[in-house]
Amino acid sequence: MTLTLSPPTATPEPQAPLQPQGWLRYFSFSVDHKVIGLQYLVCGFIFYFIGGALAGMIRTELWTPLSDFMPRETYNEVLTMHGTVMIFLWIVPVVNGAFGNYLIPFYVGARDMAFPRLNAVAFWLIPPAGLLLISSYFIGSASQSGWTAYPPLSLTTPATGQVIWILSVLLLGGSSIFGGINFIATILKLRRPGLKLLQLPMFCWALLGTSILVVLSTPVLAGTLVLLSFDIIAHTGFFNPALGGNAVVYQHLFWFYSHPAVYIMVLPAFGLVSEILPVHARKPLFGYITMVYSILAIVVLGLVVWAHHMFTSGTPPWMRLFFTIATSLIAVPTGIKFFNWLATLWGGKIALNTAMLFSCGFIVNFVFGGITGVALAQVPFDIHVHDTYFVVAHFHYIVYGGTVFVIFGSVYHWYPKFTGRMANETLGRLHFVLTFIGFNLCFAPQHWLGLNGMPRRVAEYDPQFTFINQLSSVGALLMAISTLPFLINMVYSAFAGEKAGDNPWRALTPEWLTSSPPPVENWKGPAPLVTHPYGYGEAPKPQTAVASST
Amino acid sequence: MPIPAAILTLGLSVVLVLVGLWVGQNVNMLPIDASANAPVYDELFQVLFSIGTSLLLGIVGLLIYSLVRYRRVAGDTGDGLPIEGNLPLEIFWTAVPAIVVLFIGIYSYDIYERMGGMAPLNDHSVHVMQASADSSIAAGMAMEASQGSGGPARIWGGISPTGSGAAAVNVDVTAMQFAFIFRYPESGIISGELHVPVGQTVALNMEAKDVIHAFWVPQFRLKQDVIPGQPTLLSFTATKEGRYPIICAELCGPYHGGMRSTVVVEDPETYSTWVTKNSPAPLPVSVSSAPSAPLQS
Ligand code: HEM
Ligand SMILES: [Cu+2]
Ligand SMILES: [Cu+2]
Repeated sequence: MTLTLSPPTATPEPQAPLQPQGWLRYFSFSVDHKVIGLQYLVCGFIFYFIGGALAGMIRTELWTPLSDFMPRETYNEVLTMHGTVMIFLWIVPVVNGAFGNYLIPFYVGARDMAFPRLNAVAFWLIPPAGLLLISSYFIGSASQSGWTAYPPLSLTTPATGQVIWILSVLLLGGSSIFGGINFIATILKLRRPGLKLLQLPMFCWALLGTSILVVLSTPVLAGTLVLLSFDIIAHTGFFNPALGGNAVVYQHLFWFYSHPAVYIMVLPAFGLVSEILPVHARKPLFGYITMVYSILAIVVLGLVVWAHHMFTSGTPPWMRLFFTIATSLIAVPTGIKFFNWLATLWGGKIALNTAMLFSCGFIVNFVFGGITGVALAQVPFDIHVHDTYFVVAHFHYIVYGGTVFVIFGSVYHWYPKFTGRMANETLGRLHFVLTFIGFNLCFAPQHWLGLNGMPRRVAEYDPQFTFINQLSSVGALLMAISTLPFLINMVYSAFAGEKAGDNPWRALTPEWLTSSPPPVENWKGPAPLVTHPYGYGEAPKPQTAVASST
Repeated sequence: MPIPAAILTLGLSVVLVLVGLWVGQNVNMLPIDASANAPVYDELFQVLFSIGTSLLLGIVGLLIYSLVRYRRVAGDTGDGLPIEGNLPLEIFWTAVPAIVVLFIGIYSYDIYERMGGMAPLNDHSVHVMQASADSSIAAGMAMEASQGSGGPARIWGGISPTGSGAAAVNVDVTAMQFAFIFRYPESGIISGELHVPVGQTVALNMEAKDVIHAFWVPQFRLKQDVIPGQPTLLSFTATKEGRYPIICAELCGPYHGGMRSTVVVEDPETYSTWVTKNSPAPLPVSVSSAPSAPLQS
């Protein structure tokens, strides 16, 4: 059986009726998870465009081999800001905060998150933290030590910028921890009666895994940065070799968070893709149980691979060996997920719409980035390419080609849910084509640059690399242009898009079994019990919605 | 007559592997190999490149095939087959990556061993002249290996010398914002360029003055961070004469991109002439044959 309706017993009724209504809600301390989700999403996109402008400045500087576009100090500020904004203000808040908040309560059959006020607090930490970070540029100097902030460099660059950087990352880390706790509690405790863990849509498992990583590793980053700030402000010597401290200890602590952080950025994307593919291929998600286990395996392994970022830091051979093996092993559960997605598509009835195109783009790009990742995990290979453009290419294939593609796919997929209108397909496809070409043109050549001698984080380079760098910059320009059809589409369709109806994709997951956009209490009446969220090809179908378009 | 699916699959897999092998053998993406461990590195690169190409083409091919073959016909509102899983298949695609990854791990371990990476420090052939290494290294965080001569601890760069067992050339390297300085303890030369004789093992005793730097020579496939408070030993054997860039690979401040130098690999005679010419004090160096190459300094 696919769908049963039964009265809710455990889910609390929404409180706080004295909230602003209409568009004003989005500027208020709303406790509605859907409002908060969209707040995260729009706020994230604003920071994405800021981070993108910074990337444009980097690629402009690299158009010529000389440092001639901006002062060298500014260049380092820009690259530090770019990394920090993209990671902490765009990817993490959007894949976790935006989609997690919007979807998780629907998926567990709840009317809101477990701690709605904490949820609002978590969101409202982000805009001030982001403004604080960016303001540092205007009050003296922004951080110049890269998003990794390795001491002793971070102890010698201008202190104001570095301390502000630490403060805002601490705030963002706090926001992330609040979110993580909330997701864990919601998924484990707010499930609608009758709904078992192994009946949840895959996105819930992805977010559960992610939140465990957030809760275990983010406090380590916070502690580390507090110590770093002591070194800067109070001249303690935790990480300062000149005072008897140890700079490598910082690297261990930093990567103990920051490797899991890469999974914090990509596991939710895995979850979102697992929701999108079955709907548009009209087939059940292949290998549900294996998918769940592979998420759990990634969580466990993800905690013990951090030193692969430190193969040239004088780590002892046994440690190099251990981290090579652990890192390589992650490829196994990751590979399982990809084969399962391919099997989901196999034999389906695939609608190659924009959401699907971006999801398939994700598969291609991520496989590419995963392959270079496994290569990087091999100590002898990594010794040559560590800290070069090869690594830059690797993680952009993962984070941009993977996660950002999924974010776009998800925006197109859930746009009718958010707004009640369809996004324009023609503009969407144009967006995809430009992004896919621009992205690959920008980052594929960077592998070659790294292999042949271009280090990362430089404002000037060997003139022999000029042409390849210009190719890369042209790709970046295409990526910038590709956001135009996207923006036009989002704004235009919100007003003039075709009316979507409640469930235009004829999807089976619970967020579609209500109106679009949904009411404050998520469902008028009891929450549906969806035990087969991927029951395509099985009878009977929920007839809650008319298919208005394909 | 239709070809059975199993045979087709097998055939396609063989083709994929062959294409991967061909690409690995024939597409060269690396700069010239000028040190003893560079050809070993390139061997690993070829293998990884082959495997990666086969995998990428296979997966992308499968994806594109599915998208075309199973595209929805306009107006079809039906569903695909309700297949929720297939245990043998899942075991298969757990096992295959596991085997591939295991193979890569063991193979790269072997490569690393051949580069000398797993050798315990006091076994290898470099004899380090030790002056001072006031290390404040936290025990346990770093390998405190003692030198053969019983000198103080140095972090080891992870690749020990390979190639001829000829007497080592020792160079003290100081990395600072934004330059490398090379000091030859035997002759007292201080230079901004690193000169080394071809075919001989060179031992770099590296120290950083201010922040972390990294010593990278792409043509040697060699990189090592130089971390303040962690005197580091790095050794290599250059195999091809020429001038190669030395690049700082760790963000070290505004002029990080300009922190470069050159390593000049020259034949032993040219090298000893260079040493003689640049030594601050006269040294008993036997110049048996006149140098033919012009000197660079
Ligand atoms: C198949 C799985 C993966 C493997 C085996 C892998 C392996 C590696 C290795 C060994 C490095 C260090 C390279 C170096 O600095 O020399 C690295 C860097 C990096 N990876 Fe991955 N990776 C994988 C997946 C991911 C994922 C899923 C993400 C993020 C969503 C990611 C993001 C990054 C980032 C951001 C860096 C660079 C960090 C920095 O130095 O700034 N990787 N990866
Ligand atoms: Cu990592
Ligand atoms: Cu440097």
